[in-house]
Amino acid sequence: MATVVDESRTTTSADLGRSWSDARAVTNTLLTVGAWLVALLAAVPLVSVLYMLIVQGGARLGLELLTELPPAGFEHGGGFGNAILGTLVMVGVAALIGIPIGVLGAIYLAEIAPDGRLARTTRFLAKVLTGFPSILAGVFVYAILVLTMGTYSALAGGVALAVLMLPTIVLTAEEAIRMVPRKMKEAAVGMGCTRTQTIWQVMLPTALLAILTGIMLGIARVAGESAPLLFTALFSNYWLSSLAEPTASLSILIYNFSSMPFDNQIELAWAASLVLVLIVLVFNILSRLVGRPKV
Amino acid sequence: MSAAFAVKSTETRSSPPPAAQAARSDLAIDCKIDKLFYGDFLAVRDSHVPIEKGKIVGFIGPSGCGKSTVLRSLNRMNDLIPSFRFEGHVHFMGQDIYARNVDPVVVRRHIGMVFQQPNPFSMSIYDNVAFGLRLNRFKGNLDERVEHALRRAALWDEVKDKLKNNGLSLSGGQQQRLCIARAIATEPTVLLMDEPCSALDPIATRRVEELMLELKKDYTIAIVTHNMQQAQRVADVTAFFSVDISQGGRTGYLVEMGPTEQIFNDPREQLTKQYISGQFS
Ligand SMILES: Nc1ncnc2c1ncn2[C@@H]1O[C@H](COP(=O)(O)OP(=O)(O)OP(=O)(O)O)[C@@H](O)[C@H]1O
Ligand SMILES: [Mg+2]
Repeated sequence: MATVVDESRTTTSADLGRSWSDARAVTNTLLTVGAWLVALLAAVPLVSVLYMLIVQGGARLGLELLTELPPAGFEHGGGFGNAILGTLVMVGVAALIGIPIGVLGAIYLAEIAPDGRLARTTRFLAKVLTGFPSILAGVFVYAILVLTMGTYSALAGGVALAVLMLPTIVLTAEEAIRMVPRKMKEAAVGMGCTRTQTIWQVMLPTALLAILTGIMLGIARVAGESAPLLFTALFSNYWLSSLAEPTASLSILIYNFSSMPFDNQIELAWAASLVLVLIVLVFNILSRLVGRPKV
Repeated sequence: MSAAFAVKSTETRSSPPPAAQAARSDLAIDCKIDKLFYGDFLAVRDSHVPIEKGKIVGFIGPSGCGKSTVLRSLNRMNDLIPSFRFEGHVHFMGQDIYARNVDPVVVRRHIGMVFQQPNPFSMSIYDNVAFGLRLNRFKGNLDERVEHALRRAALWDEVKDKLKNNGLSLSGGQQQRLCIARAIATEPTVLLMDEPCSALDPIATRRVEELMLELKKDYTIAIVTHNMQQAQRVADVTAFFSVDISQGGRTGYLVEMGPTEQIFNDPREQLTKQYISGQFS
């Protein structure tokens, strides 16, 4: 034994250089290159979609898109201001419903009865719901709202989007509240906070940025949805004047116009796609910005 | 005064133990522990810890002997742990704080706490100190009280120009003094400190110690410390806890308690002598 050790110690010219031929190096190289290729492959659809959108949709970008209504059959020009407004309003309605319910639910899950049966069931359902086919949210709201109200509406659209948004908000907000260090909670209790005060005055403010991140992700998730709106908001060629009437949205406009035999409409569908992607992108970026720890 | 932390007066004095009347008037807190449990685990047994008004009481003893457990049972912080169970009584302002009609939230507003890890809230320095005052719907001059508390915590000069900065932007030692300022701003009667200096360097430690001696004029302080010199420097009275492993478990109990002078120079118990001379196994 000892001689082996000695020998290696006294070897003065060990080969420390890279060898490209031994089996380990070859596998290593192959795997690295393979990983590169796959990563590149994954980026191809994303980059090409963005490229197409910018090339095809960018041409029509202009102020009249925001201010004008969708053109009819053989008309030229026009825009889709009502669809942008409709999308924003319905996302707003969804946020108005989804944020309070989501955050309150998260408080229950994280703080009030984290191990109760209700909490475990809710958590499980929320996880299932994150992968829920979005069209089912539309059918569900169609049954409970559209049929009872007797009309398609922005309200129904907003509710359908809220259903889709809710699980994301609940789960991320619960995680955010759980991440509040235990010592913060102890500090609050030690100061004589009731449970409610501990949650509202200390834990929620501490978790606020992470909760906002979840909200932005939830909004980004639903802003581009079309399937649930098909059953709930339908479409309209006019400006929104009440929450209780059919409402235009960007995603449905794209769906409608892209299958029309008119060049003008097809160009508008491209432009609407670009605008929609930009809106989703803005919320995604916001979620990153607010979530970044400030120093 | 004695009804200060009763929740509902409707509960017609269900369990005022007779000992309440017999409580010594020179005590801020009279703590008599029969048994403290975490679930089935008997953590502390048979310990009588009277805490005199205006004194600093040091809790010393080997790790795991239950010093923190006892300290945290004095303001019902242990209520946060669902498995915790308390048998015994803690008399404070003429009442047993474990009586059924006592609201632990109100108890904690009278008995403040400073923790081992500095834990300022993620808000401005000013808001940290004002936190407890706002919680108590303080009506007077908030600025004045915040400044006063920061001065008493020997932090004012360092932060007076940046009261709007986040409390977490301070150094560890400053954060701990901020926590002390936060705790004393509401002028509690008693201050509990669990190894308040263990995260601090020697200089910051000295400042906190000086601060405790200064605060002693108005407050009663109970402090857990692992540092024998610190106990000797600040404590008027020292309580030595140890662990009893005779019955299979690891149950902590009070070995002896007395003037710091006596505990360190002339302990009655052999165990105490061994511990303070460093022969503890
Ligand atoms: N939340 C808890 N749940 C269960 N057991 C606990 C809990 N907190 C403390 N214990 C146990 O109670 C005993 C006393 O713990 P405690 O923290 O009071 O000791 P300590 O004297 O403060 O020790 P140290 O000097 O290390 O801080 C230990 O055996 C510990 O394992
Ligand atoms: Mg401890």
